[in-house]
Amino acid sequence: MHNKTLSELSAGLAGGDFSSEELTGGFLARIGKFDGQLNSFITVTAESALAQARAADARRAQGQAGALTGIPLAQKDIFCTDGVRTSCGSKMLDNFIAPYDATVIEHCNGAGLVMLGKTNMDEFAMGSSNETSFYGAVKNPWDLKAVPGGSSGGSAAAVAARLTPAATGTDTGGSIRQPAALCGITGIKPTYGSVSRYGMIAFASSLDQGGPLARNAEDCALLLNVMAGFDPRDSTSVERATPDYSAALGNPVKGLRIGLPKEYFGAGLDPAVAQAVEEAIAEYRRLGAEVVEISLPNTALAVPTYYVIAPAECSSNLSRMDGVRFGHRCAEPQNLEDLYKRSRGEGFGEEVKRRIMVGTYALSAGYYDAYYLKAQQLRHLIADDFKAAFEKVDVIMGPTSPSVAFDIGARSDDPVAMYLADVYTIAVNLAGLPGMSLPVGFADGRPVGLQIIGNYFDEARMLGAAHQYQLATDWHQRIPHGFE
Amino acid sequence: MALERKDIKNIAHLARLAISEADIPEYARNLSNILALVEQMQAVDTSGVTPMAHPLDAVQRLREDGVTETDQRDHFQQIAPAVEDGLYLVPKVIE
Repeated sequence: MHNKTLSELSAGLAGGDFSSEELTGGFLARIGKFDGQLNSFITVTAESALAQARAADARRAQGQAGALTGIPLAQKDIFCTDGVRTSCGSKMLDNFIAPYDATVIEHCNGAGLVMLGKTNMDEFAMGSSNETSFYGAVKNPWDLKAVPGGSSGGSAAAVAARLTPAATGTDTGGSIRQPAALCGITGIKPTYGSVSRYGMIAFASSLDQGGPLARNAEDCALLLNVMAGFDPRDSTSVERATPDYSAALGNPVKGLRIGLPKEYFGAGLDPAVAQAVEEAIAEYRRLGAEVVEISLPNTALAVPTYYVIAPAECSSNLSRMDGVRFGHRCAEPQNLEDLYKRSRGEGFGEEVKRRIMVGTYALSAGYYDAYYLKAQQLRHLIADDFKAAFEKVDVIMGPTSPSVAFDIGARSDDPVAMYLADVYTIAVNLAGLPGMSLPVGFADGRPVGLQIIGNYFDEARMLGAAHQYQLATDWHQRIPHGFE
Repeated sequence: MALERKDIKNIAHLARLAISEADIPEYARNLSNILALVEQMQAVDTSGVTPMAHPLDAVQRLREDGVTETDQRDHFQQIAPAVEDGLYLVPKVIE
């Protein structure tokens, strides 16, 4: 059962081949058997999962089941879950039992999805390797020496290892797409404002966006249909009818205009990754797509711009963690300032402290214009590059990450080197565009991801293009050795 | 730009972060490297470019000025480190 896709599981439940309770029990057993090696879950909610599964079976018996009723999934531990610890990968929130559900959780519960547990992640989603988690690094199922990517590394590893059929993630600078690429699965970050941020613990509010990780594009569309939708409780939620993300899955690729940004194929790209991506583009040509070279001239500015905006917003968002109302509080505070400083100093890990300090500096008196304002101006130029490109092409394609998964520990001493590896994903968040990653091959036994970037609200077309590729290829069906 | 010990201590104070003396050189090195990366922004002339406030040029929605939230103080305070009579307890602020 664990190798079935969401649509196959949906058909199996509808046909009475198995119950949700059996299915859920099966995945819980796999988590018990394999997660000791991977560390992809922070919390497994076995008891409530089985209760949800029985409720889903009852709902089905009454003829009230939807497409995903009774299907298990894992939630990134950044989404608040009523009565369940929501740690965000941090010691600061190790004792935080969320008092309410995030909108995404409400949507999933409403659809009858069964939550298996909460997945590991970089602390407060700050990282590209899942090594900054208070709960320890997650291992990549394709090679246990390698990182799974981050920050949604637990979600990606769990999906790749078949410990869950799908998972949620969040993406501020690539945190869905890069781990999807490094773990050989499919993930999509929709247009900014599509998925509610209510109850999704904020890192950089103008960039954060939730989305699904699954084994193929069709499943991502099914889960995104549940996750997305206007929410008055999120002030940046886009007020428009929720599209049917599955609507264009059957559309042929013939005539699709694909732009390849020359800046995404230059220095710094691993030749083996470039080769796998070029072979995927060749497949699109065979399927009838038109491929043209384009330019996104401000690409190199994306990483510097991001490392002003994201830390600035994080320093502001994380000021709520002060040891007063929830979360970690230091022992025997001497005075209020000591309470703040030691609670935060003890509760946050190194990378989070670094980013808070960079953001504090960028926003401090006299520096606002030189850093934050400048970055917001550059953000406009970066968005304008994409706008010009989408006058000529339907989608943009390139590598998701310049290299395959690296070894655990290999980059942890050099934050800047880690940051630069997000060069292809970050600009998409700065522009607020949708982006996705799908598996297109391997280099040195580790998966390679193809990134598809679409115009605003054009997710259905992107998912369709990915689905058509997946009908013609089988990279998305590969299973890591030992997890069959 | 290279940050010095006193800069790091000042930033940590502004951010209300206790950091150990022994870690200051490491913070100085890493933060200076990050700021050097960020410095690349200054090479671009952005005069006349409007700062982007929202990728879709959205504006804040307005709503009726009515009560939408109910009182859940007791529920929310269940996870607080220290409360008394519905108030959050912190060390004495006024002598």
